[in-house]
Amino acid sequence: MESIKDKVAIIGMGCSKFGERWDAGIDDMVIESAYEAYEDAGIDPKDIQACWYGTVTQPLIGMGCTNLAEPLKLHGIPMTRVENWCCTGHEALRNACLGVASGMYDLVLALGAEKLKDTGFPGLGTGRGMSPVLEARRTAPGSFAMVATRYFYTYGLSPEEGKRTIGKIAVKSHYNGSMCPKAHFRNKITLEQVMNAPIIAWPLGLFDCCGNSDGSAAAIIVPALEARKYRDDPIYIKGLGMSFSALLPQNRPGFDWLHFEELVNSSRQAYEQAGVTNPREQIDIAEVHDCFSSTELIIYENFRFSPEGKAKEDIDSGFFELTGGLPVNTDGGLKCFGHPVGASGLRMTYEVYKQLQGKAQSPERQLKNVRLGLSHTFGGPPQTSAVAILGKELGYP
Amino acid sequence: MAGIISYGAYIPLWRLSRDAIAQAWGSGSTGGERSVTNNDEDTVTMAVEAAINCAGGLEREAIDGLYFASTTPPYKEKECATLVAAAADLRPEIITADFGNSLRAGTAALRAALHAVSSGSAKSVLVTASDCRIGYPRSTYEQSFGDAAAALLISNTAKPIVTMESSFPISNEMYDVWRLDKDTYVQSWEDRFIIQHGYIENMEKAISGLMKKEGLSAKDISKAIFYAPTARSQQELARRLGFDAKTQLQDLLISNVGISGCAHALLMLVAALEEAKPGNKLLMASYGSGADAFLLRVTDEIEKVKGNKRGVKGVIKSKKPLSSYVRYLSYRGLLEPQPGEPFRLFPAATTSWRERNWAIRMHGSKCKNCGTVHFPIERVCYNCRSKDNYEEVRLSDKKARVFTYSLDNLAGRSDDPTIPQLTVEFELGNARSYMVMTDCDPKEVAIGMPVEMTFRRIYEGAGMYNYFWKCRPVR
Repeated sequence: MESIKDKVAIIGMGCSKFGERWDAGIDDMVIESAYEAYEDAGIDPKDIQACWYGTVTQPLIGMGCTNLAEPLKLHGIPMTRVENWCCTGHEALRNACLGVASGMYDLVLALGAEKLKDTGFPGLGTGRGMSPVLEARRTAPGSFAMVATRYFYTYGLSPEEGKRTIGKIAVKSHYNGSMCPKAHFRNKITLEQVMNAPIIAWPLGLFDCCGNSDGSAAAIIVPALEARKYRDDPIYIKGLGMSFSALLPQNRPGFDWLHFEELVNSSRQAYEQAGVTNPREQIDIAEVHDCFSSTELIIYENFRFSPEGKAKEDIDSGFFELTGGLPVNTDGGLKCFGHPVGASGLRMTYEVYKQLQGKAQSPERQLKNVRLGLSHTFGGPPQTSAVAILGKELGYP
Repeated sequence: MAGIISYGAYIPLWRLSRDAIAQAWGSGSTGGERSVTNNDEDTVTMAVEAAINCAGGLEREAIDGLYFASTTPPYKEKECATLVAAAADLRPEIITADFGNSLRAGTAALRAALHAVSSGSAKSVLVTASDCRIGYPRSTYEQSFGDAAAALLISNTAKPIVTMESSFPISNEMYDVWRLDKDTYVQSWEDRFIIQHGYIENMEKAISGLMKKEGLSAKDISKAIFYAPTARSQQELARRLGFDAKTQLQDLLISNVGISGCAHALLMLVAALEEAKPGNKLLMASYGSGADAFLLRVTDEIEKVKGNKRGVKGVIKSKKPLSSYVRYLSYRGLLEPQPGEPFRLFPAATTSWRERNWAIRMHGSKCKNCGTVHFPIERVCYNCRSKDNYEEVRLSDKKARVFTYSLDNLAGRSDDPTIPQLTVEFELGNARSYMVMTDCDPKEVAIGMPVEMTFRRIYEGAGMYNYFWKCRPVR
């Protein structure tokens, strides 16, 4: 198996305003992110040779790439819709990168978009899977809250201690998000607010759950060696990990609910391709899938940012804050930037891309000495995880 | 010899105090409490509980018939006995039939089962009777009715615990209580007329007819198991027939359960059997468009079935108070609860049919190569990837524990907003499965908590009721 490292580069990205976009349809948001990416890359839409479009919550009989081609008037080129739970945005990116790496295309568009706020209710709905009865009452918060329950139990945290631990993650995300003009939620919160918030799915309260948002994000990808023709600061793909597990965790025999194989495998693949041996030291910024604060907690350990069972110490010491050793979710994450499912992987990659270029929106958020960044999504019951590692220098690390 | 070889019962966990009903209406209370089915229960799910309670520990392969009696079945057209039989995991080559319409449907099914076994057309028939009748709001029936199910296994394959000695039927055409095909609530004529010319007159004819036929007098009977719509009418009947209400009359179960329609006579019989002694003569009589009287004799075998988890006593004691009368109205669909977040699923007759072995029978798969147990059935083993190399194993009667959980406030309806979502681990092969917990106080859910399986109505979709298994704290 070859590595994707330094084979392709991102030369332009765009991201729409995230949030409750009552004013905008999915077409409007596709246009917002695509045209920002065209402008950032300095390309004309006619330069695009192929597209990968990620979107999840389409009608039963599907939509293909209609919502991409029609608003952008892209015409006569290959376009593929991808869907892989919450990893959809990353899957659009990964497949676009593979298309370029294969040598078949020289310039492609990866775009993710989601319109969640036309459903009339705040969540993602109840019931999952193919059976009418088996998972009839399963919801996203109900599933991910099981992670917190088992983690607290295993490490002997009382519900109060456990909730305070993950609550600090939410406080961090709100602080970071407050500085992002495009984020869904831009309010700072206190730990007391987190602790006193209504319960969504015990032990998770309102502030442990990410925004249910509309939005879109896009990337233009070219061969690595062509990238500097377009701009001085292209961002290179260093690794693309992706892992899907054979059963939903609830039904997985012997599963401990602490080591998600998909998280461990997808990060390991990406680390190996990139040449990352010590992620805690080598990764300078990470945008990880904080659909719920308990998810971010388990990711710290499964990605080897924190030693096993020690994430609490790193949370308490501020290791993942903007000024910490490894800033995580610097734009507010899914929690505050929002989680329009199909767009999220590309939105997280957008933040890493901007930080690596030194062009983070709102300069007070800009991290110093950023060389290697990671973006990540984790989806399904959960069952699947995708990781992208990006760097600003060829040959590093 | 044909007779009863096992018994079972089911009473829902939830009890509504009659004072709470009276308080809601500013009316009088008759005291005590009544059982109320949860919003995921109906007469089919209660019958499944009673059937499994009755068949627990017995070889289910030996059962070759299942009868389902109810005046309140979930379907007007579509057999319910087949569903009860499948959920009870009986084999398909059996006699099934639904008995309905009459409050005597339960004893009619019992009689038919005895005939089938006596005539040799079946060896072992499981009789279930289950009712969930609804009285008009503020009516006396609303207070007096209760929800329950009973089951009796009639067989000639083992020594019976009870033999049926004789019976005496009366058919009587009159309007006393009834429901039209479109009615939700039980209608009735004036009380004094229907008790005197309906209940008392017909029960008296059947019971005295039986006693005369067998040459018995009241003192020969150990227990008189008389169905009745009210405690007062039961006592009047006993008095007229010369029975001592204090010592001979089987408790009507009205103070703690309520009158459970066509299941009630069988439920009282089950309660009587829990106390019965070898040689006891029992006289059971049911009422509804006539009456049925039965003379039963308890055998020495009765001692062998005592002390296990079967019967009424345990489920009467195992209870939780329903917090309000409003909740009862909502559970029965008399108020419409606001649904939780919309379902993302699409029920289909085809899917239900394909999934019947795991969704209805609750079979898992046990890998013949490595022994891994899955629920639902997995054709390819997660552990060793052996393909189509498994045996089906029943999980509905297996013990399990909570491995991890959450208490979801988005997934439920407005009358039950919190849904405990669980990963459970079964003792059998440590099989894991996603499950929902019912009949619990969400605050009591904890990792390691023992749970048992319960068959429930999940939701209505595509014009059908959809059934599946949940778990509950061990009762």
